[in-house]
Amino acid sequence: MTSVDPVMNLSPATRPRGCLIEARDLHHWFGHTPALTGATLSVADGEILAVMGPSGSGKSTLLHCMAGIFRPDRGEVWFEGQRIDALGDNARTELRRTAFGFVFQFGQLVPELTVADNIALPLLLNRVGRKAAYAKAAAWLPRLGLDDLGGRRTGELSGGQAQRVALARAVVARPKILFADEPTGSLDTLTGELVMDLLVSTAREEGSTVVLVTHDPRVAAYADREVMVRDGKIIDRTDAGAEVG
Amino acid sequence: MYGARVTVPLTLLGLLERESSHGYELKRDYDTYFGGGKPLPFGQVYATLRRLARDGKVAGGDAEPGAGPDRKRYAITESGSREFDAWLRQPIEPVPHLQTVLFSKVVLALMLGRPARAYLDTQRAAHVQRMRELTQVKRAGSLMEGLLADHGMFHLEADLRWIDVTSARLNALAEMVRPT
Repeated sequence: MTSVDPVMNLSPATRPRGCLIEARDLHHWFGHTPALTGATLSVADGEILAVMGPSGSGKSTLLHCMAGIFRPDRGEVWFEGQRIDALGDNARTELRRTAFGFVFQFGQLVPELTVADNIALPLLLNRVGRKAAYAKAAAWLPRLGLDDLGGRRTGELSGGQAQRVALARAVVARPKILFADEPTGSLDTLTGELVMDLLVSTAREEGSTVVLVTHDPRVAAYADREVMVRDGKIIDRTDAGAEVG
Repeated sequence: MYGARVTVPLTLLGLLERESSHGYELKRDYDTYFGGGKPLPFGQVYATLRRLARDGKVAGGDAEPGAGPDRKRYAITESGSREFDAWLRQPIEPVPHLQTVLFSKVVLALMLGRPARAYLDTQRAAHVQRMRELTQVKRAGSLMEGLLADHGMFHLEADLRWIDVTSARLNALAEMVRPT
């Protein structure tokens, strides 16, 4: 039996296959301020991709456009051979709920609900029965070291615990793509590493593709590949020099 | 004094402060804890011990019977102990790296109208790739290997921050260094 590191090496089942999602020449403005100025990027099935760049470079906007949260002003987003930027709001919402998972910097959990409620929420929204949804949520607790916290309100959790709950909530519906925007941005180094270990291990085990936006090279180092966003474009190292002499 | 940057003699003194040892035991422990994948040559171990003995920092006993190049057991002296203690207490010089190779490359590239940003981007990718390798070491290795990898990663991270800041200021730097 071949031993495979679940994080850094890819098992045959999770080895990148074809392109899963693609951004083609995306442009997006906030008022008169350009955020994306022709961003083109493709992500392979099973790949963990880090999108890096300085503040204001457009990396989060790119993630939001690819994930169907923003509709780009120009350009196209293709997911599994389907153009998704042109879908109506309801269809994009449905797609986000069924095929995409999200982890944001501050978790964005519902503080009044318990850990189990938060994790079960995407399943309930997907019309999974209550009993099955809570059983699936409960199964995630030990996997993410949250064993005794199922009944705790998320407003009472530490930052690291909250991000682990956010991760469980993001993957409970087995999304094809996990979008993570600065998932460790509010955590100290060691806690951030724990969350990244779990995020990457979980994605590998579940076969999810990950698009990870970060300014932190320690976080990017968990990815299979990294790209840089600068001034709203993906910078290809091979031609970056053309910009500055 | 052997100086803050000459660590092999001082590390051997530290191992001898723990207990008197033979050269091969010192080599074994040095390689285990401090070698970082680069074993200390036997020749360097014995040459260092002879130098330390000459300087009165260690004392070698009589050669014990048996095979091997050196069967002496070495013990740290009072003077060696003071030297080691002083080294431990002394902070390591914060090296400012005011003239790095990368800085020189960037300035020269801008002077010569070469693609400085591309060089920085290439360097950045190499740094991130090294961080990826060290992340693997951290995940697969022991706590000691992980902490050593962390040390490397934090330094790489500092370089990356410098690369980002410099990259953002290239146009201003180009104005300063380009011939008028």
